[in-house]
Amino acid sequence: MGSNMAEQHPVGFQWVMEAHERGAKYIHVDPRFTRTSAMADRHVPIRAGTDIAFLGGVINYIFEHDAWFREYVQHYTNGPVIVREDYVDAEDAAGMFSGWDPEHGAYQIESWGYDETSHEAAGGKKEQQGDVSGEQAQGAHGMKLERGNPPNIDNSMQHPRCVLQILKRHFARYTPQVVSEICGCSERDFLAVARALCENSGRERTSAIVYSVGWTQHTVGVQNIRAASIVQMLLGNMGRPGGGILALRGHANIQGSTDIPTLYNILPGYIPMPHPTSGPDLDKFIELNGPDTGAWGNLKNYMVSLLKAWWGDAATDENNYGYDYLPRIDGDHSHYPMMVKMLDGGVQGMFCVGQNPTVGSANSKLMRLALAKLDWLVVRDFQPTESALFWKDSPEHESGETRAEDIQTEVFFLPCAAHTEKDGNFTNTQRLLQWHWKALDPPGDARSELHWIYHLGKAVRDKLADSEDPRDRPILDLTWDYPVEGPHQEPNAEAVLQEINGRGPDGKMLSTYEELKDDGSTACGSWIHCGIYKDGVNQSARKKPGQDQNWIAHEWGWAWPKDVRILYNRASADPDGKPWSERKRYVWWDGADDKWTSLGDSPDFPAQKEPSFEPEEDAKAMEAISGDKPFILHPDGRAWLFAPSGLVDGPLPTHYEPQETPFQNALYPQQQNPTRQEFPRPENPYHPVGSPVFPYVLSTWRLTEHHTSGAMSRTVPYLAELQPEFFCEVSPALAAERGLEHGGWATIVTARSAVEARVLVTDRIKPLQIEGRPTYRVGMPYHWGGVGIVTGDSANDLLPLVLDNNVHISEYKVATCDIRPGRRPRGPARLKLVEEYRQRAGVRVS
Amino acid sequence: MTLDTVSWPASYGDEAKPRKGFFTDTSICIGCKACEVACKEWNQIPMSIKGFSGKSYDNTLALGANTWRHVAFVEQRVPAGVDDGASLVEAAARADVIDAGVHTYQEGDGLRWLMASDVCKHCTDAACLEVCPTGALFRTEFGTVVVQEDICNGCGYCIPACPFGVLEQRKDDGRVWKCTLCYDRLKEDQQPACAQACPTDSIQFGELDELRHRAEGRLKRLQDAGQAEARLYLADDDDGIHGAGAFFLLLDEPEVYGLPPDPVDTRHELGSIWSAAGAAALALGAGLIAAVFGGRR
Amino acid sequence: MSRRSATLKPRTATADRVVQSVCPYCAVGCGQKVYVKDEKVVQIEGDPDSPISRGRLCPKGAASEALVNQPGRMKEVLYRRPGSANWERISLEQATDMIAERMIRTRAQTWEEQGEDGKALKRTLGIHFLGGATLDSEENYLIKKFFCAAGALSIENQARI
Repeated sequence: MGSNMAEQHPVGFQWVMEAHERGAKYIHVDPRFTRTSAMADRHVPIRAGTDIAFLGGVINYIFEHDAWFREYVQHYTNGPVIVREDYVDAEDAAGMFSGWDPEHGAYQIESWGYDETSHEAAGGKKEQQGDVSGEQAQGAHGMKLERGNPPNIDNSMQHPRCVLQILKRHFARYTPQVVSEICGCSERDFLAVARALCENSGRERTSAIVYSVGWTQHTVGVQNIRAASIVQMLLGNMGRPGGGILALRGHANIQGSTDIPTLYNILPGYIPMPHPTSGPDLDKFIELNGPDTGAWGNLKNYMVSLLKAWWGDAATDENNYGYDYLPRIDGDHSHYPMMVKMLDGGVQGMFCVGQNPTVGSANSKLMRLALAKLDWLVVRDFQPTESALFWKDSPEHESGETRAEDIQTEVFFLPCAAHTEKDGNFTNTQRLLQWHWKALDPPGDARSELHWIYHLGKAVRDKLADSEDPRDRPILDLTWDYPVEGPHQEPNAEAVLQEINGRGPDGKMLSTYEELKDDGSTACGSWIHCGIYKDGVNQSARKKPGQDQNWIAHEWGWAWPKDVRILYNRASADPDGKPWSERKRYVWWDGADDKWTSLGDSPDFPAQKEPSFEPEEDAKAMEAISGDKPFILHPDGRAWLFAPSGLVDGPLPTHYEPQETPFQNALYPQQQNPTRQEFPRPENPYHPVGSPVFPYVLSTWRLTEHHTSGAMSRTVPYLAELQPEFFCEVSPALAAERGLEHGGWATIVTARSAVEARVLVTDRIKPLQIEGRPTYRVGMPYHWGGVGIVTGDSANDLLPLVLDNNVHISEYKVATCDIRPGRRPRGPARLKLVEEYRQRAGVRVS
Repeated sequence: MTLDTVSWPASYGDEAKPRKGFFTDTSICIGCKACEVACKEWNQIPMSIKGFSGKSYDNTLALGANTWRHVAFVEQRVPAGVDDGASLVEAAARADVIDAGVHTYQEGDGLRWLMASDVCKHCTDAACLEVCPTGALFRTEFGTVVVQEDICNGCGYCIPACPFGVLEQRKDDGRVWKCTLCYDRLKEDQQPACAQACPTDSIQFGELDELRHRAEGRLKRLQDAGQAEARLYLADDDDGIHGAGAFFLLLDEPEVYGLPPDPVDTRHELGSIWSAAGAAALALGAGLIAAVFGGRR
Repeated sequence: MSRRSATLKPRTATADRVVQSVCPYCAVGCGQKVYVKDEKVVQIEGDPDSPISRGRLCPKGAASEALVNQPGRMKEVLYRRPGSANWERISLEQATDMIAERMIRTRAQTWEEQGEDGKALKRTLGIHFLGGATLDSEENYLIKKFFCAAGALSIENQARI
């Protein structure tokens, strides 16, 4: 669902094809009929932005047909846990959960907590405000629980306030008929999917749900994925071979870029960035961010080890290991709010490193206007991208809105090295780190990012060397001395990997995060990666041929944490530690040797913790996790059907309409996600719900033949020729209604911009029948821009900025638009056309 | 005129290798075009941008001098013929199509998207090779048909001889270019670039006998599963070209994919071309002969 | 058979070296073999040893040689002055020095030592970083480490896009 795997991950798709050949059933639920649908047993089209309604229907079906995996749910999920009495579900409050604070436009989430947990502890202790990311806004990684146990549990799961009963009631109205009405699929198709999932799950069989990044690109992005997790938990498909939720990421190291983040709100290994609330006190930070129980109960070990890795000898017990050297976040400082701040003149400098926001980010016109407000911009790429050239060549130059001589931004373009020109790790979509070796030196002035940041850092340090200013201490005290080699003084990437892995007091490489200490004796750059240099060997560079190993291929690369290939794999055994079935054997308790063993994976559980283990009184961290609780990152070791903390928009997924939609919410008076982040301003206006001026649903997507903004494909001859022009897909019926000619041109208009595209009339994007009328859709790949072998207008110019407040990702997958035959107007006439539409639709522009 | 097509394996004697070929199983083609790109990369084929075609996702359009693997995309209405051959837009404008089950998704998808990677067939009876006056086209020790770029003089006789329209002159250099079945890679026991890249094994490379055996098993599985229209194409030694080194499993009539239903060795029909080619062969210059030390063995 | 045909050898056999790598496009992580001849990449193809990809590549992966040898690949540093209509060339060393100076200047001008409530912030929001997801983990690590130490908080990534 929400994935176009055959097109976006063709080589990964070989495994789907192989499973299909061996008899697996493969269903594609997606708004579009794609190359993925063409190969499926069944394609079920749904309206973009209605995934929660569909999956809510599946959850309801599971209950109606008593198809849930009772033993799994009882022992491994929070289904039996009783929730607080003051919790009010969206079903009983017009689509809103209890705790809404209209003044701040945010939820106070205490009432979502487990029964008899205190206000402070119910949802985890709050360090941050509701305008920060979800996982931090409401307690980083869960709440305080004695011995890892929720206070009140009903193992019969009959208590009206137990999670299972709340869940049942929450989705009771998501009937096949309602699903069909909201999603636009047939009841028959919906039932076929629900039935197939249930029939293929249980002790003997497992089902997997695959999604891709598009699922995150909604104002309900996180809850889309939550809905799928609930299905998989109820059916017992998590932590087991052939099961799970498989997030197919779109870029070589996008997984790695969150694990070791270049993200504002987390430190390596998902440790939260500190907030001013905790002040200079490290222990206060630990208290506010780490639950006492589960793997996060050792947050202090991870944090102190990270600080030691960064500030070395300057990180001492006396100075809280340099905790106070870290900058503080007190709001949303993510990409889009920063671009809006930039537009208002509040940002002086920007680095675009292998990223091209003037094509790839939503509302790319706003991006270009913002860049023009910078004092300086640094772009690193293979060749100058649209973002590097925004001052020289842009749609706004064409329309007369901007001129090069008026743009005062200094721009630096630095050529980058290719993947073949440097050593390093990509983390693939299954958390597998695979080392790539350098084949040759980069040409000319091209350099790796490692080279760039290291030498830039050295230059800054040199310039500040004599500074007495305390704010420069963190820079000067930083451990910043890596061995360099070759003609360009390239830093040694393995030396960096060793720092990430971590060293013990004797200087030797550590083997597992369980060895980390909070006394400053260990240094580790990313706790989840501890062990990647185990035994002094670069484990991620292991390349024992797949054909010489079993299917787990454990000696190829290295996966965090602890080289675990299937997360939470203790759930592949029953509570007593026996495989659920012989057929689905994976990890099990070996009573003879008193340890967990497996077909060849690392158990994601303490190796010698017996299935019958019960925590002692006052047990902390992993000691507080029972032998039958596989989900060790949660303080109770259970998978969360109901999320008592960690989310800003509700403990359960709920159907909300997208920001821009032709329809009213059929289930609740609350039309949209109440916590979504809007940026209403002249450069980013929104269409009214159901606007007849913008009657069509617009989606953007990617093609096999191109890559994101095109900077790595429109510049490559053999890819450029495969999809040479920007096009839109429309149904024959829409073409007939609007007079669009197949192979001709169309102009697509929103209140943000107007772009032109070639017209592909195809049955693959047929209308959906909703509320008794056909809903027409316009689909566009977003790969084009003004630079490259092939060029074209950018689809992202059309989209508004409107974000899921859990993660601040914009809604790219659904908006509304109009489409008309012919090319767009040139020059100022383009602006005039957009303005005319705005007026006609009554769009508010401020 | 007798057909002297089977210079392989006899003329290679002990050096003859088992006949190699492609089995392209279009039932598992996902239309990714990895084959097109891997081929162009390996053979360093010039870029040729043809623009937006409107033919589904096909913008390279046909096999030719600069496209040696080509993926066809066919969007079909199912059941076929519901719209009486009207264009999609015309049909949509007519209200009656709604009842025919193709207007909205609610009545089922109503469509099928076929994808198939085409390539030079490396025919058993290869007219191109027989009409080539210069010996540029020859049959290799693997039984494949290759144009030798250092001999081809661009005379173009082979072009109309090909019953599949595979051969084409490259505009800027005049010579004829086509799939070599990666002759250079075969010499080192490497598979052709397209087959190596193909993510789903839709393109399978190997010894022809083994491939045909595999294909028959695959066909039976598909037919048993209800794919009545599935068929093998060019896997029959009794067809008009006595079978081919590159054959296909199709899910519909060959014409649907733009392939001739009954290809024949064109020398049966193109006597005049053959005569012309013979005349050209007689007129070969000495320099060219010097380059052909092995001749067409 | 021509002399060329008789002596033909694939580039994969005549390369000076072969290096195991990983495809830089999507997140499947297909294994690649990079063939180098005379300090130039002459071929990139799938690595059959990879249990992830078994030697296969998609069109983007198969085009990797053309990516690294792309016709428009820029090998020099470019600089555009405020208000200028053109690029000019500067050295890498000069660019590094200028960028370092601008970072220091912006940081000083936009530094927030504390918030209105008197609590420490120790940061600048005057600098925004947006990284692509084709950077290596080691590179991201150093970027996060350095920018954090500099108090440059808004370090973001394609993962957010």
